[in-house]
This record gives sequence, C-alpha cells and structure tokens, in this order.
Amino acid sequence: MTTLPLSSQLINLGAAVLLLTSFAMLSQRRIVSLVNLFAIQGAALSASTAIVAYTSGQHHLYYSAALSVALKMLLLPWILHRLIRRLNVRWDTEPLINIPTTMLVGIVLVVFAFGLAQPISQMSTTIARSTLGIALAVVMLSFLMMITRRKAISQIVGFLAMENGLFFAATSATYGMPMVVELGVALDVLIGMVILGVFFFQIREQFDSLDLQHLEQLRED
Amino acid sequence: MSAGSVIGLVEAPLAVLLAPLLIGWIDQCRAWLQNRRGAGVLQPYRTLRKLLHKDAVIAHGASSLFRVSPYIQFGAMAMAAAIIPVFSVRAPLGVAADTIALVGVFALARVFMALAAMDIGTAFGTLGARREMLVGFLSEPALLMVFLTASLISQSTLLPTIVDVLGQIHLTIFPSLAFAAIAFVMVLLAENARIPIDNPSTHLELTMIHEAMVLEYSGRHLALIEWSSALKLFNYAAIGVALFVPWGLAGRAAGPVELALALPIAAAKLAIAGAALAIVETLSAKLRIFRAPEFLATAFLLAVLGLLVHLLLER
Repeated sequence: MTTLPLSSQLINLGAAVLLLTSFAMLSQRRIVSLVNLFAIQGAALSASTAIVAYTSGQHHLYYSAALSVALKMLLLPWILHRLIRRLNVRWDTEPLINIPTTMLVGIVLVVFAFGLAQPISQMSTTIARSTLGIALAVVMLSFLMMITRRKAISQIVGFLAMENGLFFAATSATYGMPMVVELGVALDVLIGMVILGVFFFQIREQFDSLDLQHLEQLRED
Repeated sequence: MSAGSVIGLVEAPLAVLLAPLLIGWIDQCRAWLQNRRGAGVLQPYRTLRKLLHKDAVIAHGASSLFRVSPYIQFGAMAMAAAIIPVFSVRAPLGVAADTIALVGVFALARVFMALAAMDIGTAFGTLGARREMLVGFLSEPALLMVFLTASLISQSTLLPTIVDVLGQIHLTIFPSLAFAAIAFVMVLLAENARIPIDNPSTHLELTMIHEAMVLEYSGRHLALIEWSSALKLFNYAAIGVALFVPWGLAGRAAGPVELALALPIAAAKLAIAGAALAIVETLSAKLRIFRAPEFLATAFLLAVLGLLVHLLLER
C-alpha cells in the first residue's frame, strides 16, 4: 500500500464526511436535525474545496469555498430553520419506505456510483479524482431522499444536498466550474429557496399540511 | 523466555481481574454526569464478593445446561481476553485465533446464555433470549464487517498483525476506519446491553433484554455471569482501542521501556473510552425494541460503507 500525501488524505476525509452526512440525512426522521446535517455537509464541502484550492493553486476555488460557507453552511440552513419555525413543522417526517430498506437501496446506489465513476476518474488528472465516485454517490443518495420523503421541506433539503454533490463532483473532476456558472447556480439555488418558501405557505394554506401526496389528488371543481 | 512473552502471559489474567474496574468506572462517570455521588469504582468487586458468598438457588426444572452455562460464558470471555491485545501484541492466544474466530467465541457465549435462559421455561427468560438473539443476529455481521475493513488495510485477519500494521502507519488518515469506528461503537453499545438498546440497570419487564435472561440465576452463578459481562465490555473496549487508536501498544519489537510504558497508556486509553461511553449513554435515550433493527442496520451499513470507501479511496 502506498501512502498518499496529507492533502489528498484530507480531501478523502472531507469526501467521506460528505458521504456520511448523506447517509445520516437518509436515515434522519426529524426535520430540524436534517437541516443541521445539511449545514454540516456544507461545512465539509467548503473545507475540502479549500484544501483542493490550496494544493492545486487554483485561486478561484477559494471563492467557491467561501461561497459555500456563506450560502450552504450559514444562509440556507438559517432560512430553513426560520421556515420550520414559522410553518411549525418540527415533527417527524414520514418516509414512504421504511428506513432500513432505504439504507439498503442507498448502499446499492453507492456501489453503482463507485463502479460508474471508476473509468471516468481514471481519465481525469486532478488531485481529487478518486473522490468523483463519492460525489456521484451523494447526488444519487439525495435523489433517493427526494423520492422517499413525503414532506415538502425534506424534499427541498434533498434537492439542496444534491446541489452539494454536483458541486463536489465538479471540484473533483475538473477543479470546479467557471466562476460565472458557479455564481449563477448559487443565485438560482437562493432564489429557488425563496420561491419554494412562498410555495410552502401556499401548500399549507390549501391542505393544512406539507404532505405532497395531497397534490396528487387535485381536481378541478 | 524474554520479558515480552512473560508480559504476554500475564496480560489475559490481568484483563480478567481488571474488567470489573472498567464497569465501576463507567458507572461512576454516569453517576457524576447525573449529579449523583455514585458508589465508587470498586462497587462491582463488592457485588461479586457478596454474590460469591451466597448460596446458589436453582429452579426445580433446571437441567445441567443451566448449571454449566455460566462457566462456559466466563470461559469464552476469558479466552477472548487472551486473544485480544490489550497493552502488548503478545497476547497468549493472539496468533492462535483470528478476528473471525473471536466473533465465534462471542457467539458461543451468547448461544449458551440464551439456551440457559430458555432452559427454565419461564416467560421472561424466553423473552430475553429471543431479544438477545435478535440483537446478536443483527450486530454480528456488522462486527465482522468492521474487522474486515481493518483486515483489508493490514492484509491480515490476525489481531496482533493488524495492530502492528496500523500502529506503524503514522499520521495516515483512513476515512474507512472512521466509518468502521462509528459502526463499532454502535455494535459495542448493542452487544453489551448499554443504553440505546438496553438499560443495564433496569428491571422493568417490558424493556429489559440482558437482565431478563439472568433473572433465575443467583449466588456464584450470577457472580460469574456478571463478571463475564463485565469482561465482555472490557474485551470490546480493548478491541476498539486496538483497532482505532493502536498507538502506544507494545509491538512485537518493543523494548523494556516501551513495555513499561504500554500498561499506563492502555489504562489511560481505556479510562477515556469508559468516560466517553458514559457520556454517550447519558446523552441518548433508550430506543424501542422495534427500533433496534434500524440502529443495527445502520451500524452494518456504515461498516459496509467503510469497506467500499477503502476500496475506492485508499488503494
């Protein structure tokens, strides 16, 4: 076994934390803890982006690390916490399939993502190429979370976590997207969050609940 | 005979003698965290002495299995203590049995405990035995996966070799071992009847697992069972220390100074582990029994994830 340099060890550690928080989110029942886990994921993401920036000398990655600290670690969790307080939805979420089954499906997804990323990461030359599999796994796990949850807020957290995964994939495969794209995505996520916040209130006003299954029974009167 | 192998020979008896001290220390830490004064770290020894002086009462319908089971449990745990490197890798049976055999030794003790609990034919014993087997059936694969992750890194299933390899790689971060460590702590809590799964200090019928099985035991039999469950916790803590913080453990090539230092270092690590366990137990609430499969499935998945992450990142 060859020992890796310290920087790639730290990047791997950050990637592992990202994967761990994804699984924790998948198994989490409480909405408040879900948002806290999302904040932790943002922190891990920005830390590993900063380490990639330091080792590769790509200065624009510092900006994206700072962006994810500001947006994903502080601002979005704050907005979500505020929404949860105002909507008064602190109770447990109800997953559609039970949690052990979800986790098993999650493991299968992780194996799939790792297998999928293996040939791609061999073509890449970046320092963090081996973490591409983890980034893909995070994207897929967040997808799974959006599919298996009923409540609108946990679906939103899944959507945001998916964005984290895509961001990490971009960093590990090609040292990040161009700055303009990153800024655009960040702004989109923020605006989306605000609009969805308004939607939440509308949904609740209509159905007295944030359970999206009600939306499937819409009829014209 | 070198000093190292002599120390290896006293390692297992020392572990057997010191195991109740760890339980006492954990109970004392829990008492402090709950703003109580606690009974002192020596309380388990007093309990054992009291039980050993009492006469053993045995139910009418008990077969010889009921009588033999405590000795088998104690023997299995003492053997496990001889396999696990506590402060030096020269544990007497260290090269005779690998981690998979170790899991088997733990399973042997569990099966005999469950059989003895069912032997009397009381409702509680059967209930406890069933629950114990449920927990064991779910935690065993997780434990094996944790061991396999460590084995993949060190290319060996022998605990002394694993400890030697992991102790020599200085300052290398293994994300896979971090996953395995979390899974291992969860398995430790479940296997030793600690709080999220079972409460070691309750006699409330609906919740107990371990206590339900030993209700019919008294006197020296109960003393042996209490001692062997203390030893089981000690063994698990020692495995955790050996796998995840192996620094300071006297290796194969250790000189006299390292051997002299290894004992206090191991004691300090076990004391810290005990205090951490007390904090975990104080902070968490007991899970419903139907949530136990979820808890242990999470442990298993974390261990598998550790394995996968090792294959992806660390090759």
